[in-house]
Amino acid sequence: MNSENQILRLSTSPHLKANEDVPAIMFNVVMALIPVALFAIVSFGISAFFVIATSTVACVLTEHLSCVIAKKTTSIRDWSAVVTGIILGLTLPPGTPLWIAALGGVFGVGMAKVLFGGIGCNCFNPALVGRAFLQIAFPVAITTWTPSMLPGRFTHLIPSTLTTPFMKMNLEGVNNYIDTALATTGVDGWSGATPLSMWKFADTPQFESSVRLFTGMVPGSTGETASWLIILCGLYLIWRKMMNWRITAGMLLSAFLLSGAFWLTDRAAYPDPVFMLFSGGLIFGATFMATDMVASPMTSAGVWVYGAFIGIVTVVIRIFGALPEGVMFAILLGNAVSPLINQITQPRVYGITRKRKA
Amino acid sequence: MRKMASTFPHGIHPTECKHTAGAATKRLPWPPEVTVLLSQHIGAPAKALVKKGQQVKRGEMVAEAGGFVSVPMHAPITGKVKSVGLTLNPRGDMASAIIIERDADADQEEIVGDAQAIDDLSPEELVQAVQRAGMVGLGGAAFPTHVKLSPPKGKRVDTVVVNGCECEPYLTTDYRVMLEEVTWIVEGARLARRATGADEVVIAIENNKPEALEAIMNAVPNNEPISVRSLTTKYPQGAEKMLSRALLNRDVPSGGLPSDVGVACFNVATLAKMGQLLPKGQGLIERIVTVSGGGVSRPGNYIVPLGTSLRFVLEHAGMTDNTCTIINGGPMMGATMPSLDIPLAKGTSGLLALTKNEIRESNAHIFPCIRCARCVDACPMFLNPSMLGLLARKERYESMGETHNLNDCFECGCCSYVCPSNIPLVHLFRVAKAVNRERSASK
Ligand code: SF4
Ligand code: SF4
Repeated sequence: MNSENQILRLSTSPHLKANEDVPAIMFNVVMALIPVALFAIVSFGISAFFVIATSTVACVLTEHLSCVIAKKTTSIRDWSAVVTGIILGLTLPPGTPLWIAALGGVFGVGMAKVLFGGIGCNCFNPALVGRAFLQIAFPVAITTWTPSMLPGRFTHLIPSTLTTPFMKMNLEGVNNYIDTALATTGVDGWSGATPLSMWKFADTPQFESSVRLFTGMVPGSTGETASWLIILCGLYLIWRKMMNWRITAGMLLSAFLLSGAFWLTDRAAYPDPVFMLFSGGLIFGATFMATDMVASPMTSAGVWVYGAFIGIVTVVIRIFGALPEGVMFAILLGNAVSPLINQITQPRVYGITRKRKA
Repeated sequence: MRKMASTFPHGIHPTECKHTAGAATKRLPWPPEVTVLLSQHIGAPAKALVKKGQQVKRGEMVAEAGGFVSVPMHAPITGKVKSVGLTLNPRGDMASAIIIERDADADQEEIVGDAQAIDDLSPEELVQAVQRAGMVGLGGAAFPTHVKLSPPKGKRVDTVVVNGCECEPYLTTDYRVMLEEVTWIVEGARLARRATGADEVVIAIENNKPEALEAIMNAVPNNEPISVRSLTTKYPQGAEKMLSRALLNRDVPSGGLPSDVGVACFNVATLAKMGQLLPKGQGLIERIVTVSGGGVSRPGNYIVPLGTSLRFVLEHAGMTDNTCTIINGGPMMGATMPSLDIPLAKGTSGLLALTKNEIRESNAHIFPCIRCARCVDACPMFLNPSMLGLLARKERYESMGETHNLNDCFECGCCSYVCPSNIPLVHLFRVAKAVNRERSASK
């Protein structure tokens, strides 16, 4: 060859680069969420599908439009809005009116992400912010549950799904729908409660069997019921090194130990720690929400502190709070203290003996 | 040797790409001329001793050391001095050099040198002999070896660390040296121990080179305080600070030198050259270079006279049109070369002709930092590259240096390598350091 005319490119070291970029990581999270979403659709029917799809589309559109308004190139290609949307959809009850699901997405991405400056700048997990907003604004819609595996779930929408925006939800319709469907299977009596609220609000605490909890055969938010599947999907992400398992482990361990301590003091009033782990959104939150990279600490000691903190707060809210479910607020609180945790857990820099002033 | 391989915490595992490991070292044909840069090392440039038109013999000293932290240069080939003047150096600047035209009829096998009985030399005389030989660190840093052998007053070196890690991808020179020149390495290690007065020598080899490990174990006599240790294969295992932590659990203090904790660290290739040249009283005139990458059709390890142009080396290795970037050194810390007319220097351990698919995309989209902490978990110095990156983009260079230990960053590249947002962290840090240097100089 003629090396006289060789064009040489100049750049600074390092000249090699690991393959994974942000879209690749986010895409893998989407991949890990899809089985959970499919199980949600299998157990709760087409309404669940529409809820998840709506929140996802709302999140992506919000992100895209805000980029258009700000005259920036759209950032939806990094898949992070899709992740937020699916997670939000999976934390909603299957019969959530679609307009509410959409509003949650718009609020979450708009207020918690775009306003802060987009991906990487948010201090709270956008899906959680959206979910928390809905919990406060629409307490009824967000706590109206349907049993899983209802007959006819693939052919009929839950009546509340198509509620007109800003109209009151037709609770009676939902109950009728459930009763009719249940009647065909010979089961009667639907308490309308999740395992957690049955424990918390029933006159005598009732505990759902751990097996049913683990396999997901219980009412609850679309994506949080099937613990086994969530754990499998989490393992995939851990294997791909795209999720910090220490946060999940810290959270589950602390929740287990603390609720175990309560249970040992009074076995009739407090649920056993296994029930604590597999009920509600603890497994889902620990796997997909607390591990949000942006809002969690970065130091190797800090992630343990952070996980343990969320686990403890979750149990405290569940046992002493007014709400049956505490995972969401516990994680939001964890997000809020994560900068502080970061600061106090900075490792010692190599070769520095003096404590850093920081 | 311990059973478990030791290591330092953090670091990365880039793909090794050590394609040239299997082939024996070959000598390149003689280049028509060589350009001997007067500054191929850290420290003061050498001073030319020859004039235009003068005949020089291979191995003859052509430039003397320009001070204590400086080394002399020797003629890599027999021939005639064509000129003494400015040429392009590997940094892309113009620098002084002696250009020697090869004498086509001369016998290049003959090398000038006065054999010396090194066993009779005192440690001080040994250090002088090392300087006379023009020895510098051949691993890439090109720091004068004799300076390392004479630790500052009040410091005592108790351990000589011999670095056979070669953790940079692609490079295999040290590996070949360990297989082919193992007796010289052991001889060099002995000399280094004698010159420094150290109690023991530790030879460190990554556990992806079992053959090298075995070769060295077999060559080390039992009755000498020389031990061989296997280290985990991880980048940057071969950095002095990481070696000191992995082998001896000693941290080199921030801003300090390994000698502060009683350690002196030498590359295997450096010691091999020392063991080879010192008894013969010869100077450093050639070295082994890994020529590799997708852009050359005959990659391998070549013995090349110092001062040979990159063009000559690469053309002999069969450079193709696919070559997109030439790197002097390894792909993690080496520098890209702006021209093929640059001469090979003492510190050139590798010459990589990489194709487009092999290097990081230059125009990859940069995402905001997603705080994934990959850089934090990779940084062997336990810095927070993410935070430093954010500050750099806000141009808060002072606070980077004062409260975030910017100056402890040794630009190993781990953080940039792992960052999924493609943030050019190391580059930002270099800029920040340069600005801080300038500001403190003008204060
Ligand atoms: S380049 Fe500097 S900041 Fe980055 S990993 Fe290496 S030492 Fe740490
Ligand atoms: S690796 Fe890149 S994206 Fe991740 S925390 Fe570090 S700077 Fe941010």
